[in-house]
Amino acid sequence: MSSTSREAELSTDRLGPSKITPLPARTAANAPVPQAHGIARNPGMKLDLGFMESMRSVNRSALERRVASLTKRRSIKADNQAAWLLRAVACMDLTTLNSNDTDERVRRLCAKAVNPFRRDIVEGLGIAGEKIRPAAVCVYHPFVATAVDALRGSGIHVAAVSTAFPHGLTPLSTRLQEIEASVSDGADEIDVVIPRGLVFAAKWQELYNEIVTMRAACGEAHLKVILGTGDLATLRNVMLASMVAMMAGADFIKTSTGKESVNATLPVGLAMVRAIRAYFEETGYLIGFKPAGGISTAKASLDWLVLMKEELGRRWLEPDLFRFGASSLLTDIERQLEHHLTGHYSANHRHAMA
Amino acid sequence: MNILERYHAMDYGPAPEARNEADAWLAARDFSKALFIGGDWKAAGGGKTFDTSDPSSGKLLAKVSDAGAAEIDAAVSAAAKALPKWAAATGYQRAKVLYAIGRAMQRHQRLFAVLESIDNGKPIRESRDIDVPLAIRHFIHHAGWAQALDKDFPGQKGVGVVGQIIPWNFPLLMLAWKIAPALAAGCAIVLKPAEFTPLTAILFAEICERSGVPKGVVNIVQGGPEAGAAIVNHPGIQKIAFTGSSEVGKIIRKATAGLGKKISLELGGKSAFVVFEDADLDSAVEGLVDGIWFNQGQVCCAGSRLLVQEGIAEAFIAKVKTRMSRLRVGSPLDKNTDIGPLVDLTQLDRVKGLVAEGAKQGAVCWQPDVALPSSGYYHLPTLATGVSPANILAQEEVFGPVLATMTFRNTEEAIELANNTRYGLAASVWSENVNLALHVAPQLKAGVVWVNGTNMFDAACGFGGYRESGFGREGGREGMLEYLSAKLPLGPAIKPAPATTKPVERAEGDAIDRTAKLFIGGKQVRPDGNYSLAVATAKGKLAGEVGLGSRKDIRDAVAAARACKAWPEATAYNRSQVLYYLAENLSGRVDEFGARLTELTGATAKAARDEVDQSIERLFLYAGLADKFEGRVHQPPARAVTLALHEPVGVVGIVVSDNAPLLGLISLVAPALAMGNTVVAVPSEKYPLLATDLYQVIEYSDVPAGAINIVTGRSAELAGVLARHDDVDGLWLFADAETCARAEADSVGNLKRVWTGNGRSLDWTSTEAAGDALLRRAVEVKNVWVPYGD
Repeated sequence: MSSTSREAELSTDRLGPSKITPLPARTAANAPVPQAHGIARNPGMKLDLGFMESMRSVNRSALERRVASLTKRRSIKADNQAAWLLRAVACMDLTTLNSNDTDERVRRLCAKAVNPFRRDIVEGLGIAGEKIRPAAVCVYHPFVATAVDALRGSGIHVAAVSTAFPHGLTPLSTRLQEIEASVSDGADEIDVVIPRGLVFAAKWQELYNEIVTMRAACGEAHLKVILGTGDLATLRNVMLASMVAMMAGADFIKTSTGKESVNATLPVGLAMVRAIRAYFEETGYLIGFKPAGGISTAKASLDWLVLMKEELGRRWLEPDLFRFGASSLLTDIERQLEHHLTGHYSANHRHAMA
Repeated sequence: MNILERYHAMDYGPAPEARNEADAWLAARDFSKALFIGGDWKAAGGGKTFDTSDPSSGKLLAKVSDAGAAEIDAAVSAAAKALPKWAAATGYQRAKVLYAIGRAMQRHQRLFAVLESIDNGKPIRESRDIDVPLAIRHFIHHAGWAQALDKDFPGQKGVGVVGQIIPWNFPLLMLAWKIAPALAAGCAIVLKPAEFTPLTAILFAEICERSGVPKGVVNIVQGGPEAGAAIVNHPGIQKIAFTGSSEVGKIIRKATAGLGKKISLELGGKSAFVVFEDADLDSAVEGLVDGIWFNQGQVCCAGSRLLVQEGIAEAFIAKVKTRMSRLRVGSPLDKNTDIGPLVDLTQLDRVKGLVAEGAKQGAVCWQPDVALPSSGYYHLPTLATGVSPANILAQEEVFGPVLATMTFRNTEEAIELANNTRYGLAASVWSENVNLALHVAPQLKAGVVWVNGTNMFDAACGFGGYRESGFGREGGREGMLEYLSAKLPLGPAIKPAPATTKPVERAEGDAIDRTAKLFIGGKQVRPDGNYSLAVATAKGKLAGEVGLGSRKDIRDAVAAARACKAWPEATAYNRSQVLYYLAENLSGRVDEFGARLTELTGATAKAARDEVDQSIERLFLYAGLADKFEGRVHQPPARAVTLALHEPVGVVGIVVSDNAPLLGLISLVAPALAMGNTVVAVPSEKYPLLATDLYQVIEYSDVPAGAINIVTGRSAELAGVLARHDDVDGLWLFADAETCARAEADSVGNLKRVWTGNGRSLDWTSTEAAGDALLRRAVEVKNVWVPYGD
């Protein structure tokens, strides 16, 4: 691909139809929502070790400096801030992943997803005309059916964490059965984890093969590959694992399970979005990004949105290409939106809990 | 736009920094009395003022008092009056004042930042996050130096009254770089800010008033070229520190020639930004943003020459263009602005002119399609490709947001291109291979090298240039030395050599005739002109004849010294052994050299023997120090180490006076050699045979060809040739006052580092004329920043 065409594609967010043939909108378990942006699903490619080699150079210090200045050099104020926070909600996978989850708890979460804001806030912001709410609810497998049921007709996707989440250390056949079970229960997004040991051992082919079979097991459901970046030790490993996941057909790459000791950090996010950019430049396919774990404040969500806009462009601020994995973030955003309307600082208990 | 529309647009929108506090500050002041002299606020004679305006709108901000020679004189008097008490204060007392200044600045940090952005046009994010915090860091860091002075710089004292002239690109930061070390050293200060940007210096003066700075210790005098010239030419000023253009730097060097003032010059640059194929390319692109689009490119160390390896050039340039398209050009007070206006219309016109000329000379100039404010002195970020090394954009400092790009094939070519400039301020090297990066960094002729980074600064790490980027360092230990002086033991005043030599009588005896030649490139060669100079004994008889060296012999000697790579590249241990070996071989000929000294100078046998013994001892000293006068490792407040390397100055010319002709020669040549310099020495004009007798000693001491070159002849004439030779990096000159002054003035061709005795010699028998004081002059300090982490 010549540099000029790459540049045109990336710098302007104009994606010519000649480059990408949009597939029919995916079929969610529930009434499918027509996607604003038709997106060609990543078919994956052969494991290209040469391509990976060209991505090895990741300078941690430089990435840290970039995110430090990035978040200081962009400031979003007033009405724009409210709009951006709404965007964060629209790009949210509202999540509960606790060992004490119950069907009731999941139903409550789904209710919150369907109706995230107090009526006065919706009216005050003038957003009644557009249903702004989380893109998906993310649960463990046993609750998929419950969520599908609770979200029926809403257009909100159901994501299931899968493949021996959070560690990925059961036989592959078991993990694949898990995916199939969740898909058959109605999940249309599957968040799988990779066995981190394959990265440390540089068993790229084995990792690639596993993800390819997972993708096959997903069928129409979208595949998000969780790298467990907090376990991967270096940004180089994060970069290489990201490349393998995309080559193997991931629709999204995702940072963390939320169970590692280090969650989603901006330097990790920067490495991953640069991997996405390189993959796009090489193949023309758009891969989604999902930071997850520890993103609990409205301010933090803005930093991530800025990162996406600066590094990948406006196109990556849509829910088909960007998601937050979050649980308490929604409440903090609600408080900020109330403050935006009233000028009063708000309190958690003034907003319906999930 | 309603919120829903904004939700779809996802633009940043304006994020203005409030300026009401700054406006209130501006409104409350009488800027016609803005000269801070002796602790009072004074007007200029005749109420003269100049305008300072907001470069984002062109609107007038203030009419500021414009000092002339009389006000500079008053400021120097006030400084001189305040000096004795301040110099005599304890380090602790001075430290408390520096600390108070730093803390007070912290308390008014935002006001400083907003004023700076209004006055200069730099984005508030830069003034707020970079300039002001760094300025504060300088004061707090130097509080420590004030107290550590006696321990770290024994025997050194503050130089006295210092004159400081600073530029408009980093008004407050440059003020801090100048004032903090001067205060720590116990100097009294007369500082002139740039006309374009007087405001933060006025606020700083107010901080001084409240921070316990004694009246007259800090004088801040606003003005233009007249005030600047008055500082440069004022006899009451012992040191000039200047940051600005190489052109003005050279004028200052010339104006102060022969006056014995200390000067430090931090001048222009055309810094290379070298990207190897194994670099983290995305990060290197961000490095470029920090390198050339920081402060609108109005940065002396801006990475303005991109050198990128051929194999990745196309991909890299594509990335750069994409990134440039995301740069936001706009109001300096908008927190989302990446690039503000240039400081003044004259600068804008200059940058536009250079870009047009570069394009005319074949460069392809590309600019992104980004929005530009309708008023103000804005210039779009510009990428010039297809730039040949001869293109004006590769040669001249643009001082604007213009990046010139060239490609290279291999490491050797990268280094060659990087060094293909008259400047030598800074360089960046991008590679993930630490072997490559640390192979390249020492070979770049630049005072600062950033590995996988750019424009990193810290008060503890010296900053300053090689070549025509000036001399002296700011920051850290080296920076302190610029404001200190150590008394060296003076020798006799040197009289100009007589224009004509008396004919000398033939010597008696029947020894075989010997021809003393020149020593160039490891060989004894006849002088180009084939004339000789008679050398008389103490009794007026002919002792021999030496070659009358000319400018062509100096040319050959400098070429030989430049060509000698073996010596600067040798290990310090290796150099040490060669110097020991020289000492050893000289010690085998003590009697012969003693006799020669007696014959020529009339010294007693004992005195002659002492001089030879001391010469041997001195060779031993520098042989031993060759591997001990080392650099340091700084730990700036970042995850990085900064290696302050001691590198040889390069080719050093040495002109030796007639007192202690052997010891003087060795006392100067040995430290230069110990640090890896190659030398062109002009020995004592009156007693040159002591040097020519050394040829054999040198020849069998394993000294690589070209490391030492000796040209006999007329000192004053040859000193002039060395001073005007633009491939000589340093010149150490002990000659008559006029020759010294002229050499300093002549040195501006390449701004070589000149050290003279101002017409005095040194007492070479004193141990104070040996050791660190000389070794410091034999090295350039290069600070290599190595951020780390994986």
